[in-house]
Amino acid sequence: MTNPFILPAIGFVTLATLGIGFYGLRLARTTSDFLVASRMVSPTWNASAIGGEYLSAASFLGVAGLILRYGVDMLWYPVGFAAGYLALLLFVAAPLRRSGAFTLPDFCEVRLGSTRLRKLATGFVVFIGWLYLVPQVQGAGLTLATLTGAPFWVGSVLVGAVVTANVAFGGMRAITFVQAFQYWLKLTALAVPAIFLLLHWRNAGQPPVPAPEEWLLASDSGTGGLFSTYSLMLATFLGTMGLPHVLVRFYTNPDGAAARRTTLVVLGLVGTFYLFPTLYGVLGRIWTPELAEGRSDAVVLLLPGRAVGDGLLGELLGALVAAGAFAAFLSTASGLLTAVAGVLATDVLGRGSVRAFRIAAVCGGAVPLVLALHITGLNVSQVVGLAFAVAASSFCPLLVLGIWWRGLTDLGAAAGILVGGGAAAGSVLLTVFGVVLPGPFGELITEPAAWTVPLAFAVMVGASLATQHRVPADVRQVMFRLHAPEALRAR
Amino acid sequence: MTTSPTDPERPERTRIVLAEVASGTHAADRPATSPSEVQDILLRGLVRAQLALALRLAVVVLVGLGSLPLFFALAPSFGAVTIAGVRLPWILLGVLAYPFLIGVGTAFVRFANRNERDFAALQRRENDPNRRDESREIPRARGR
Repeated sequence: MTNPFILPAIGFVTLATLGIGFYGLRLARTTSDFLVASRMVSPTWNASAIGGEYLSAASFLGVAGLILRYGVDMLWYPVGFAAGYLALLLFVAAPLRRSGAFTLPDFCEVRLGSTRLRKLATGFVVFIGWLYLVPQVQGAGLTLATLTGAPFWVGSVLVGAVVTANVAFGGMRAITFVQAFQYWLKLTALAVPAIFLLLHWRNAGQPPVPAPEEWLLASDSGTGGLFSTYSLMLATFLGTMGLPHVLVRFYTNPDGAAARRTTLVVLGLVGTFYLFPTLYGVLGRIWTPELAEGRSDAVVLLLPGRAVGDGLLGELLGALVAAGAFAAFLSTASGLLTAVAGVLATDVLGRGSVRAFRIAAVCGGAVPLVLALHITGLNVSQVVGLAFAVAASSFCPLLVLGIWWRGLTDLGAAAGILVGGGAAAGSVLLTVFGVVLPGPFGELITEPAAWTVPLAFAVMVGASLATQHRVPADVRQVMFRLHAPEALRAR
Repeated sequence: MTTSPTDPERPERTRIVLAEVASGTHAADRPATSPSEVQDILLRGLVRAQLALALRLAVVVLVGLGSLPLFFALAPSFGAVTIAGVRLPWILLGVLAYPFLIGVGTAFVRFANRNERDFAALQRRENDPNRRDESREIPRARGR
């Protein structure tokens, strides 16, 4: 397994990331440049950047691996990851941009005027961000170890250091260019080998996919499988809008209508991307069947070489896929770290200066790196799915009710986040630390969204109704700001 | 955001501090005044229209995608249908789900923009005293 092109490809992606970051740094002068890219990013650039940031290790490697191992049921992961953007478009995109909020804590303050709620939201942003960062950093370590035989920590430290430096010194404008570049790199890295794989499959006489019937058929294993499927749908559909690194991007749109357009373009970009992991999972059954029982996450990395052969073409395709995987780690980790550092700088360090942002970036990047090096054996896709569940049970109700219901109060929002988000976070911690509950409780813990999301909504509405005297005095003004087109605002 | 008509020449360089952005004190980001009673009633119409539109399209997605696991579980023969050598669930979830989502999203953007245009037209009419008498009946901003 010594492909001479792997290291140059990974090196190129890393240097290009740093190079584009440096180019952006020369443009970034003021704090506003740094943080919101001066709101001059066009919808196409912005959408590419959102797509680049969103398609993580779980999408690039994990989805194909899950499909290879478990079959058709796992198609709900990519469908849910894409449908999350539709939910975001329908319920959140334009009003969130008009709120002027840069982060979720900002939204709490704008809508409900409560600094304590702001602190609570900060805690959840950091929790979700770190939960999502750990598997990215670990995925990098595993990829490098699989492809080159390097020790596990090398890839983790490499990605951790590159991302931290880039975020700390380039800020968000640089990140926008980097992310946009990485979306197209990731799409190319999956699509080009996929075309060769399909051609190879045709030349090989279109061999049938050797697979057992239960792999081809959707699960009909009673209520259990159905519960998991619906819980996963709920988490992915509603969790996307609560992911901190996704929301940060909306502030870079010039207005609410542009935010809608951007989200629609993202839906198209993400949907296009997700056509390919399915193909890898299916063709993997033909050429890498042994991975289905073992390290299935490696199917995207190993399939091109295995199918096309060890010649020059196979090695080049393998290197291209490795470069795409590294782009996935770098871009998602950068976006998450930008979001985490943003809230740490304003809400924990208490200052909005560039220096505070840099300190926060270094601190925010160090914690998940240390965690990733010490906690091993986490499943990439599962942890990412759990991060979605926490987001769907805390920030989704906050955003949806905050945008569409005048009756929301600060106490109601805090109660909903604490109960729903707390229940989801507790389930996640139990799962991550390997506690398995017996019988039906086990499934409630490993796929918590189906009960924690309704719980969060119910508590938030109930507690708000009980504290109606705390409805903010400026709710009418805020609602006008959230929903009225910008043209009517400036007179 | 070019919302300040008072400075025709190059805008002064300002320092934007996150905390200011957060608390909404940045002048360009807030309405000049609190909306009037009539403006607020019109806004409630817009919010209702947008929410009704979003919920209706969400129901379309829930019926279109959400019913599939149930179908596959209750009628396994439905999942065993083969089109051009490929099982139906693979075609539906692996390929067709994405154009479906994009189609729903496109419809939303179009109708949501239309709702906002209607609302803006009503607001302007409301704010223009000369034209107020012409329209005796004030049409409601409704999703169509």
